Parts: sequence; structure tokens; C-alpha cells
Amino acid sequence: MSRPEDTLPPDLFYNDTESRKYTTSSRIQKIQSDMTHRALALLQLRSPSLILDVGCGSGLSGEILSNDAEEGTPGGPHVWIGFDISASMLGVALEKEVEGDLFLADAGQGVPFRPGTFDAAISISAVQWLCNAETSEESPAGRLSRFFNGLYASLRRGGRAVCQFYPKNDLQKKMVSSAAVKAGFGAGLLEDDMGTKNAKTYLVLTVGGGEMDGDITGVVRGMDGVDVHDDRRRIKNRKGEDKKGSKAWIMRKKEQMESKGKVVKTNSKYTGRKRRIAF
Amino acid sequence: MKLLTLNFLTCARKTCKSAPSSFPLHPREAELEVVQADVNLAFLKNILPRLMWGELRTITGELGLPTLPDTAPERSALFTAAAAVSETTTPGVDPEAIDAPEHPAPVEEPEETPTQTAIDLHRILLETCIKEGKLVCGNCGHEYAVKEGVANFLLPGHLV
Repeated sequence: MSRPEDTLPPDLFYNDTESRKYTTSSRIQKIQSDMTHRALALLQLRSPSLILDVGCGSGLSGEILSNDAEEGTPGGPHVWIGFDISASMLGVALEKEVEGDLFLADAGQGVPFRPGTFDAAISISAVQWLCNAETSEESPAGRLSRFFNGLYASLRRGGRAVCQFYPKNDLQKKMVSSAAVKAGFGAGLLEDDMGTKNAKTYLVLTVGGGEMDGDITGVVRGMDGVDVHDDRRRIKNRKGEDKKGSKAWIMRKKEQMESKGKVVKTNSKYTGRKRRIAF
Repeated sequence: MKLLTLNFLTCARKTCKSAPSSFPLHPREAELEVVQADVNLAFLKNILPRLMWGELRTITGELGLPTLPDTAPERSALFTAAAAVSETTTPGVDPEAIDAPEHPAPVEEPEETPTQTAIDLHRILLETCIKEGKLVCGNCGHEYAVKEGVANFLLPGHLV
């Protein structure tokens, strides 16, 4: 897989020729449209909504958002606002006369909308660009956290966001999803064609409140062919745990100390034995 | 840039986040244009409670558009049942004052028809666009240029 984000920053990489190539390639069009439909299915919108398109580029995904319900967009036609860092890409979008509103902005600098603006947000093949920092003043983690914090604030309660991205490795996957969780989202990853070269990763984000199911497990409930791997650590039921000073507690502490290499007295029948009241 | 977007955009600077005057951005030297679009009644009903009507009035005032009524229209004022299409007009909003051709034909829906109020709201929010000009933050005074309807919200490194 080619990794354009390793070669140049996005505003320089997507120059006029590269933007045109990207937009006119029927292969890319097909992939982008498939992914947008998948993202829309995950958003489960029922009525015309206000949607934010992060990294809208030339509006390949936006065109689908403005389609009617009859043309395959659930709940459509939606009104969308898109931003992208590449002026050339936006130029192509202007030529195509897309219906959404466009503006030039860097997602790593935040999302400049007032709280509770959007019903949903969508981002197709953009978030991996945030994992690179071009100057020494900024860091990938900082850019990601600025983006997700801004996105979290700009979505209304009960809103959802779906970000499809191409993570380079598991580390990057983890970095992106943990940044989203830190911002307050309920986050989960959905992977299509797992383990193949065509693997597609969708980060499904939910904002608390509202009538919808809490997190990604609620989103994918009822979908065909989805396996759920819940890696969240269950919080142990602390009630039944050893009371401080009890025999079990002393034994556990002795074991802990022993494993640290400290000198620990051997256990005997007196270890942790309860002292009876003398009188 | 539609006025709908302008009703949600704030200054992109981090220091302006907490300042109430960073919203709305004030249009300066704006050149307007009207882009025809279909009336989307369900969307208008959805977006109405989220609009900041006072700020919308400020912006239309600054742009020299006709003044809007003092309060936002009620949700029920946006549509009528198809059986009784009444000629309700909002006092104060004169859509002809915007330099543009006639209204788009109201969409004929089986059960609900948009009223004049809805059509006027649609015209203001979704058809009136800022083509050229700049947006100025009320707090820091930073100017965001708008060219060909696309605003530039990229911040230089020292302002991020």
C-alpha cells in the first residue's frame, strides 16, 4: 500500500495534478463511495441532518451525502459542511459544484464550530494524515487530541461520528482510538476485510446521551457478519476482595514482596492468625 | 459560505474558545450571491432549535439584508398540511429585497407543504452565500479571508 502521508504534508501532496488524479480515478471513486455508504450505514441517520465532513477533499463523499433517500442515502438529502487542508482539492470540489459548504482548515488545529452544531460527522481516509507532524512545535498526539476534542464539542449529544482511516500499524490504531476516548467519545473500531490488503478500519465514535445505544456494540447490533471482540477490561467486583489485615490480604502482600525479591518470612500456622481476646 | 454555516462557525484560535465574543464571526466587505437549492423542510425543522436567532439577526443586519423578526419562527409555522395551503407570510422578511430571481417552487410533499416562513428561512440560511470578503473574530480581530465562497481557516503557526 502506498503511504502518501510519509512523503509530504497533505496540503503539498495534493497539488493540482494529484487532486485531479485522485478525483477522476474510477477505482478511487468506487472505493470512496463504498466506504461512504458503509459509514452512513453506521451513522444510522433517519432524517435530513447537518453533517460535518472532515477532510472532504474534492467532495467524493459529500456528493453521496446530498443524495436523496431513493438514491441510497439513508435519511437524505443531508446538508453538509466540509473542510480540507488542500486548496487544490477544494478547487476541484468547486468545479464540480458540490452542494455542501467548503472551507480550508487543518483538522489538527481543531474544529472551529460552536458546541452542539452537528448531528453527525464523517471522515473518509483523512485521519491517518494527523499522525504526522510537520513542525517541531506540534506532535501527532497533540494534533489528534486537538481534533477529537474539537469534534466532540461540535457534535450534539447522542450524535455519532465515523472516521475511516488507514492506520500504518497497530500502534497508530491505538494512538488514534485512545485520543478519541480521551476526548470523551465512546469509541470502537470496526474492521472490514480484516487481515487482507484491502482492510478498512472505521473508528465509530458516539457522544453520550440521546436515545441511541451507548457505544459501538450498540451500533453494530443487528448487522450481519460482524464479530464483536470486547477488549475492555472489566472492573472487578471489589466488594469481595480481601479486607486489609485479613489472612488472605497478608498472604497476598507476602507473595507480592517475594516476587519483588524482598526477604519474606516463611509461612507457618501462625501467619495471619487471629489474636483472640485475652479476657 | 452559506449563512447557515456562519451561524455555527467560531474563531479557530484556542485562546478565543472561552470568549463569548468569538461567535459570531462578523462579515466585512462581503459580496453576496444566491445559489438556488431545493427546499428541504425536514432539515429546516431539524435545524431550527439549534439556530442562534439573535446572532443571525446581527449578521443579516451587518450584511445589509432586510431585518428578521425579533423571535425565531415556531416549528409549527414552517409547514401546513397539504389540504390547506395558506398564504402565511412573515412580517418583516421581504425575500424580494435580496437581489435574486423569484422563489423556487415549493416542494410538493404528500402530507406537508412548506409555508412562506419556511421558504424565507430557506432562502436566508441555505441560498444566501458569501462569495468574497472576510470574516472577523469579535474577540481577537483575526480576519479569515473568503474567496470564491471558500473561507480560509488555516492559522499561522504562532496563532494556533
